[in-house]
Amino acid sequence: MVTIGVRILPKKEVLDVQGRAIADTLKGRGYSIEECHYGKYIRLKINEENREEALKKAKEITESVLCNSLVENYELEVLEGN
Amino acid sequence: MKPVAVLCFPGTQCDQDVVKALKVMNRSVETIWYADHFSPKNYSAFILPGGFSYGDYLRAGALAAHSPAMRDIQKAAQAGQPVLGICNGFQILCEVGLLGGTLQINKSLRFIDEWVELELCHSCFAWGGDQVQKTVSIPIAHREGRFYASEDQIKKLEDQEQIWWKYKNNPNGSVKDIAGIMNKKKNVAGLMPHPERAVAEWMGGSAGRAFF
Repeated sequence: MVTIGVRILPKKEVLDVQGRAIADTLKGRGYSIEECHYGKYIRLKINEENREEALKKAKEITESVLCNSLVENYELEVLEGN
Repeated sequence: MKPVAVLCFPGTQCDQDVVKALKVMNRSVETIWYADHFSPKNYSAFILPGGFSYGDYLRAGALAAHSPAMRDIQKAAQAGQPVLGICNGFQILCEVGLLGGTLQINKSLRFIDEWVELELCHSCFAWGGDQVQKTVSIPIAHREGRFYASEDQIKKLEDQEQIWWKYKNNPNGSVKDIAGIMNKKKNVAGLMPHPERAVAEWMGGSAGRAFF
């Protein structure tokens, strides 16, 4: 079993209205914020013994379902397992 | 004539409005549950209605796009049968790749529910054809309706005359004021406004009738 984290963030060129709203609120509280981007984090426990195989599966899952490549970028990280 | 199929996903809520609009136009209609497979040749056309399929989890329309019934919708679309996605249905058609682009959260971050004026760019033979007026008034009701596509995609949509409707006064920040688009063959169409909510004068207008 390999646990993989999938971090998804909107692309820089895409208007991120949620990130902008959060930044505006933080600025309103006096924080100096240059940029804020709002994304999501998904943790997958994959039934694979091999780390490379699990990463391959996670990439396939992310590109076909979890991430919309038109507007989002993603990063994978191995959290637990070989 | 064979019935029009109206698809229902968990969280769809405009299905009965679409069913009633089709009945107003004297068309026979059947509903199809998302978990079932069906034979496209048994139907004359397909409508994916509005709502919040799968609670809009992950992204609006993203999970519904992978349901069993959508595999058959893809076959129907490839065979040239008419497919229409309204609101959440439009989002699903984008997610499954039958239409280009995507629908993002409105620029204002607010859910918008109001009547809007639309201008016809290029008519869709499958849905209304030349029967629709050049300018119509139809309600919108969405939070994720801001159409977005890359510059290349927009250029393609324009060059191939795939832009169906544009907003007269852009309510949500959509690129190029786009409210509805078609695929290249023009048998698959999607739009954010709800024509099924404008099929009788008592509803506030009947410009939506021509869509069905």
